[in-house]
Amino acid sequence: MSKPVIATTSLAGCFGCHMSILDIDERILQLIELVEFNKSPVDDIKTFTKPVDIGIIEGGCCNSENVEVLKSFRKNCKILISLGECAIMGGLPALRNGIPIEECLQEAYLDGPTVQLNKLGIMPNDDELPMLLDKVYPCHEIVKIDYFLPGCPPRADLIWDALVALITGDPLKLPYEVVKFD
Amino acid sequence: MSNLIKFKIDGVECMTERGKYIVEAALENGVYIPTLCNMPGVKPKGSCRICTVKINGRLMTSCTTPVADGMEVESNSPEISDLRKSIIELLFVSGNHFCPSCEKSGNCELQALAYLYQMLVPRYPYEFPLREVDASSPYIIKDQNRCILCKRCIKTIKDEQGRSVFAFRDRGHRLEVVMDKELSHEMTPELAELAMKNCPVGSILVKEKGFIEPIGQRKFDKNAIGSDVKL
Repeated sequence: MSKPVIATTSLAGCFGCHMSILDIDERILQLIELVEFNKSPVDDIKTFTKPVDIGIIEGGCCNSENVEVLKSFRKNCKILISLGECAIMGGLPALRNGIPIEECLQEAYLDGPTVQLNKLGIMPNDDELPMLLDKVYPCHEIVKIDYFLPGCPPRADLIWDALVALITGDPLKLPYEVVKFD
Repeated sequence: MSNLIKFKIDGVECMTERGKYIVEAALENGVYIPTLCNMPGVKPKGSCRICTVKINGRLMTSCTTPVADGMEVESNSPEISDLRKSIIELLFVSGNHFCPSCEKSGNCELQALAYLYQMLVPRYPYEFPLREVDASSPYIIKDQNRCILCKRCIKTIKDEQGRSVFAFRDRGHRLEVVMDKELSHEMTPELAELAMKNCPVGSILVKEKGFIEPIGQRKFDKNAIGSDVKL
């Protein structure tokens, strides 16, 4: 039997969840025995080259590109996992939810106390740039998500145990210490 | 007639004095029933519903229901656990509970209950309401994003003359707990500490004290809420 294929991505996240994947330490050697990585920042493969078994999503959806990437993950992956608070509930980027987009941009590019170099008062507005969404959406409000691993970041042990359980089909135990929201 | 009565929680024989509420009587017998709005020393009001149990096929709040002789209480069944979990999920989606950036994370009773009932994701859509933060008092911050309207602060935080520092304002979905401008400026540091302690979430914070206890070493980081309840 060929190895299960894994893909990962970071949407509106900080890459902290990916750091936590690396935090499994030397078990990463076991991991590459167990699975094969496809599209992922871990191996720098940019596009899906084959059907994927497990897609791991870090971060919520704050712009049109996030939505597109998330939808392509749903299309190419059998199982999708929301990894971390941002994927599950929007996380810190979702602090802007409730504030109108215009006010957010105004604060970020024109009025903010750290804005000094933007003398001409230019707001980013280019066809190349993804459109910001009205708010930051949790991934499961955009596509169907199969599993959720909370934490900021999720503990490395939680990620490891969940992946091993998924691959081997063994039941997943969730000890109290590994499921945390902070 | 003896003042002691017998009752059962999840089939376990318990004993208590007549007139006690189920929550209290359960604690005496080493059984933990979760509470959010209720706390010892405060008249129970049964508003948060997290302490819901099943008695004779009916759902009742155990903080407001006195134990009766021979009563059979169902508390730890899959049905009741899921019901409590759904209440926690509703509280999470109806406010803005950003645990990673909250000063109370690890000491928060709402979060601890989410851990206890293993909430991985709420089944309801997030509301992301726009709420205010009132930092006008020199001693405390009142963050409406995290308030679950439990009323604990209204009932317990009073000045020497018995005046409440906090009060309800408005009605329906606009209801909020606000600080009295004058009283919140005259608070003693002890009263501010008590307000933060009694708040089950991170809605009342003492200024400059949020991270004195590091995350990872807090009350519910290692041990589940209610795990200290033993016979």
